[in-house]
Amino acid sequence: MTVWLALDLLLAAGSLALAFGVVRARRVFTAIALFIAHGLLLTLAWVRLDAVDVALTEGAIGAGLSGVLLLAARHRLARVGAGRVAEAPGRAVTIAIGLGCAAVTAALGYAVLALPDPAPSLAAEVAASLAATELGNPVTGVLMVFRGLDTLLEAAVLVLAVIGVWSLAPDRAWRGAPGAPWTVVEDGPLALLARLLPPVGIVVAVHILWVGADAPGGKFQAGAILAAMGLLAWLAGLARVPPTASRPMRATVAAGPALFIAVGLAGLMFQGAFLAYPEGLVKPVILLVEFVLTASVAAALALLVLGPPSADARP
Amino acid sequence: MSMLADAFTLVAVLAGIGFFAAGTAGLLRFPDTASRLHALTKADHLGLGLVVLGLLPQAGSLADSLRLLAIWALVLFAGAAAGPMLATLTRRTGPEA
Amino acid sequence: MTEALIAAAAAVLGAALLGLLRVLRGPGLADRIMAAQLVGTGSIGALLLAGVATGQAALLDMALTLALLAAFAIVAMVRTAPPSAEGTDKPR
Repeated sequence: MTVWLALDLLLAAGSLALAFGVVRARRVFTAIALFIAHGLLLTLAWVRLDAVDVALTEGAIGAGLSGVLLLAARHRLARVGAGRVAEAPGRAVTIAIGLGCAAVTAALGYAVLALPDPAPSLAAEVAASLAATELGNPVTGVLMVFRGLDTLLEAAVLVLAVIGVWSLAPDRAWRGAPGAPWTVVEDGPLALLARLLPPVGIVVAVHILWVGADAPGGKFQAGAILAAMGLLAWLAGLARVPPTASRPMRATVAAGPALFIAVGLAGLMFQGAFLAYPEGLVKPVILLVEFVLTASVAAALALLVLGPPSADARP
Repeated sequence: MSMLADAFTLVAVLAGIGFFAAGTAGLLRFPDTASRLHALTKADHLGLGLVVLGLLPQAGSLADSLRLLAIWALVLFAGAAAGPMLATLTRRTGPEA
Repeated sequence: MTEALIAAAAAVLGAALLGLLRVLRGPGLADRIMAAQLVGTGSIGALLLAGVATGQAALLDMALTLALLAAFAIVAMVRTAPPSAEGTDKPR
């Protein structure tokens, strides 16, 4: 048994055990804590699959931000008194759910094992055309150049998601601040973390954004780190979220996709194809779009975690 | 020289793994949450520090070495802040929660 | 050397997962949060070993990101932990 196999077996066993723990947990909070641990192991699994870009995103969004979103939602429901589940699903429904999940797993396993060897992929074409994009990271090349339309649509979907989450608020809370404010923590370990970690996080985020052109990284991961740092300051009560009516905040969320669309239209006007970058200016344009998109993604992700504006202002 | 560096790496990494194992042993055997917290924060972070120390000769460049040290410092700092927070939480909610 | 470092990564991960066994059974809320912290530290250790073993600096960036986000997740868990008088959320 090689060491690689041992590592893979450990990751698989650990992920399965944690997933089992999530399903069997008796309290919602326990399930969420195990869900976060499970996300961390999934991150390692992606690294083993040679997809470090995906691993960065999984770690930042899957383990970090999703976990905190669930925690905030649980906390909010418990505060309102709606945290109790009315009744558990009956035995027949539970068995049906289990069979359904098992069937999906079997189908996925069969699909993966039945792939032709070598699996069909466009990696060779991407590698051949990568030089024209002036980028070193093929993933960024695919995301921003070859399939730039997909990235634009994803960025636009984030804006729509924020609007969708906000629309869950009751009418009287519409223009309020999302997420109930926390009591301010003046000193202690929490305040120390909330004051010292965000500057470090900003530096790391800028590094990940910059290095994404030639190595795993990019705007999505950088935006997720920025959102996490902002939420950290919010959790300690050291930062107040602007109300949903605030125009600068709305502008920040919309700026990234708007700029991306503008670049696309400019490409249509001057190069004859939507999202065609001007010759010789490919990398600067991509970097500019990525920079603005990072801010938009960070704002959108933070707002998604914060949730709809709440009627009550008490923590 | 390279043999010396490799030997140093192996010794330090082995010591680090030893401390990780000690931390796990503490977690498995200590009777209550507070002492388990001790095992987790102290032994595991010391193990990580020894591993980082052992990896320093193997890192490719100065930037990588600095990054290794920065990661360890960050984990240490976060752990040092999380420890008291978890202890306060244990005291507030009680061992049976 | 590469093989040895990967074996060390597997050992670190194994120690972390073994520790999970106990922490999951622990009765307090803090034990569950410690489970997440344990997996986080173990993952970072494994990533550092694997990153230096294979020479990929991207894994070091990954470890840096994980360190930041694990700290953030733990703070969130401590802040939003339910008070003890709440009882179980799900009926059994």
